[in-house]
Amino acid sequence: MQIGYYPGCSLESSAKEFDLSIQAIFKELEISLKEIPDWSCCGASAAHYLNEELAMALPYRNLLKAEESGLDQILSPCPACYSHLKHVHEEVVKDSHLLERLQNLVGGEYQKKVTSKHLLDFLKKDVGFERLKSSMKISLKGLRIASYYGCLTRLPGVDIDDIENPVLMDEILEAFEGETIPWSHKTECCGASLSLTRTEIALRLTRSILESALDKGADCIVVVCPLCQSNLDTRQRDINKKYGTSYEIPILYLSQLIGLAQGLDFKKIGLDRLIISPKKLLTQKGVTLSPSP
Amino acid sequence: MSYLISKDIHQFRNQIISISGEDASKCIQCGKCTAGCPVSPEMDIQPNQVLRFIQINDPEPLLKCKTIWICASCQTCSVRCPEEIEIAKIMDSLRKLSLESQAPSGEERVVKFDNLFLDSIQKRGRVHELELVMRYNLTTFQPFKDAHLGPLMLSRGKLSFLGHKIKGLDQIKRIFKESKRFLRSLE
Amino acid sequence: MTESSRDENIELMTYSEVIDVKGFVGNFDVTIRKKPRYVDLTKCTGCGICIEKCPTKVPSEWDLGLGMRKAIYKPFGQAVPNVPVIDKENCRFFTTGKCKVCQKLCPAQAINYEEEEEFIKKKFGAIIVATGFTQFDPSIYGEYGGGRFKDVITGLHLERMLDTSGPTGGHVIRPSDHREPKNIVFIQCVGSRDEQKGHPYCSRICCMYTAKQAILLKDHFPDTQSYIFYIDIRAGGKNYEEFIKRAQREYGAIYIRGRVSKIYEKGDKLIVRGVDTLVGKQVEIEADLVVLATAVVPQPDAKELAKILNIPHDQYGFYTEAHPKLQPVESVTKGIFLTGSCQFPKDIPDSVATTGAASIRACEILSKDELILDPKIASINPDVCSGCLNCLEVCPFDAIEKTEVNGKVVAQVIPTLCHGCGNCAATCRTKAANVEGFTDDQIYAQVASIFEVMRKERLIELSD
Repeated sequence: MQIGYYPGCSLESSAKEFDLSIQAIFKELEISLKEIPDWSCCGASAAHYLNEELAMALPYRNLLKAEESGLDQILSPCPACYSHLKHVHEEVVKDSHLLERLQNLVGGEYQKKVTSKHLLDFLKKDVGFERLKSSMKISLKGLRIASYYGCLTRLPGVDIDDIENPVLMDEILEAFEGETIPWSHKTECCGASLSLTRTEIALRLTRSILESALDKGADCIVVVCPLCQSNLDTRQRDINKKYGTSYEIPILYLSQLIGLAQGLDFKKIGLDRLIISPKKLLTQKGVTLSPSP
Repeated sequence: MSYLISKDIHQFRNQIISISGEDASKCIQCGKCTAGCPVSPEMDIQPNQVLRFIQINDPEPLLKCKTIWICASCQTCSVRCPEEIEIAKIMDSLRKLSLESQAPSGEERVVKFDNLFLDSIQKRGRVHELELVMRYNLTTFQPFKDAHLGPLMLSRGKLSFLGHKIKGLDQIKRIFKESKRFLRSLE
Repeated sequence: MTESSRDENIELMTYSEVIDVKGFVGNFDVTIRKKPRYVDLTKCTGCGICIEKCPTKVPSEWDLGLGMRKAIYKPFGQAVPNVPVIDKENCRFFTTGKCKVCQKLCPAQAINYEEEEEFIKKKFGAIIVATGFTQFDPSIYGEYGGGRFKDVITGLHLERMLDTSGPTGGHVIRPSDHREPKNIVFIQCVGSRDEQKGHPYCSRICCMYTAKQAILLKDHFPDTQSYIFYIDIRAGGKNYEEFIKRAQREYGAIYIRGRVSKIYEKGDKLIVRGVDTLVGKQVEIEADLVVLATAVVPQPDAKELAKILNIPHDQYGFYTEAHPKLQPVESVTKGIFLTGSCQFPKDIPDSVATTGAASIRACEILSKDELILDPKIASINPDVCSGCLNCLEVCPFDAIEKTEVNGKVVAQVIPTLCHGCGNCAATCRTKAANVEGFTDDQIYAQVASIFEVMRKERLIELSD
């Protein structure tokens, strides 16, 4: 199996471990990830109100680049990137004038053949639970996990799971025998876009999420978004300082937990790059040590 | 002081329809948007009040408020609205209008940040996070903000010093130069 | 109900359903299926020993799962007749062949496991439909727990709890831990006034019953505090507005204007995240119990019944009245009348009023030997009719039937069903179908004579 890969800007630096772990687990699953050659930023949240055409043209360029290199499917781990790429594709399919305008702006002749895939959807439908289960070497049993989706299920064009109570991530983790807990802040906003500009708001929102996960007995929180991860992990100590709390909840990417269950090397899946280290928790739970029968 | 209701009461509402496709007159002010908004406590005008201002044709308070800039675009309001109004889209339109009006925005820092974001893309084709954060801190006169996170992230290999310049940068520069702010005219 | 069961002019057929209706006003041929109770109505004394001794318990539908009933049971306390019925799906005898305790113990020997369903065919002059309503299922609202939170209940659940002869003996308790709640939050318009996940209409009765429940709660349990989230209060009846004010002034109910966006569990409490649009702020309430005032919706088989009766219904399944203002209790089909919430949500005074109205309209038919029809109905000339039967397809009242005249297949109007709408006349290519008094030739003649008069008075000039 081969699929196009659009890492997005965060996965190059602050979310490096997301990139590393995805590459590692896909290699283990024998799926070839072909990075889109010379991809550029998708525009994220800044472009769409500052410049409408730019907001369309930037993702469009990547669709074009993917198509030109023979890819008809692209996987974008970041929910915002995924939403933009998918949305632009759908818009140009509907509106031929828009397609023409983008072709003039960017160049090339997009044949509308590229499908965007989200990580969760891809893992469930294209890879399948059976294949995931068979790649398991270490059981995640004993690990109480809070799956955090953030705004993923609400993003325009994203239609992969129930909006208010998504379960895809939980199902994938359960395939590896992880114990996912029901909790109230599964889809609450973490304040990602305000992380730098209004940090105190992001801290307040992120704190509620941590509190709620802890309230339901979570050992760790699993995410699929670089910004969510950054807020929950990188800013956890800031939250402790501001609110006098003492949270020490590891925030892992889904791909990292999958990599763990596949028995992959700690460093290869970037577990050493997390600010709140998961080492103590995992040793406690005997996850890295006990092989599955 | 009494409030003057203008003659062409539908003008602003029609303008919002033409930019966003959303019709504020469908709103019955149930308030579910405000009830679910994560940043409502920090907003100066609540989401349902934003729609009310559109309904009564009063754009001015909206163009200079903080609300439209601290809106996190989490879409909670849009997915729960019983009248199926995509309020997040309306917020986006108001941001566009606010910039067009050239009046000082309610949260200059957000506009600054987003402009720096696009600048980074224009220079390299991708966002160079370290440079973006540093430039933002400098232009907002908070040079030491989040400085404590720097060494932490560095030690975890989460900071890229140099950033990556794509090959097709000329294409990017051209896109920036020729793209228009609005897909359709504001009139 | 008991009175009607004893009236010599009323035959009460319970546990029965209408399965076929043919004919027309004044002459309906109705087939009724009488389902087997397995208890002989003529012998049972209503002593209740069978119910007491039955070993099988299942969740009670009447109590919405808050309590249990036996496999032999009376649907509710005041059921008429006072005779139980056996639930075949759950009865031990019917499922395993064992038990038979009820039969052994019945002093009147009224249990009969061999009873079979009966089909009765009878002629009726008029039909009144009073099939009522049911509740919207609020589990579609994921933001309110999606049905997973035990302590988020509906108004009807609270009603069952407040009933002293109900499953909790009149005690209002949290279904999760059976503790008494202190803070109760009511949410209006769940599933109503909602174009997204629910229905756009207002269910009419909820504002009033919620106020009533808040009053009863405070009256019976003075320690409780009720919070009611509303958008608008609809209290348009006699003394209704004053009632709402009483709930606030004398019973301390707090009315908060705004919808609720999310309910979630925290510890053993429910956090209700809503808004007060009047002060312009989000509000969060720590509730012990949340009561959803869910929308009134038609019965699940309302559309099926409409097909059997041949009456039209709207997109929700509410039966359509002949005229929204002038004929509110008549269905479009002559001879079939509507009352109560099967036509649209109604409260008790309105249900009683419409029932009286429907009854007298029905009596109008029954009191006569002959019915006078509106003369403006269609007729089809069999000599001209080509038998294409297109008119049959377009008649909205099923008032045209296929028949044979002199060996030729033709269409024929059923005068009692025809409303004179003219669809058939407009569709007919051979001009065989016409509304009487309005044939094409008659209309042309009218137009020609008008023109003739106008020409004579030199109002117009006509070329030859």
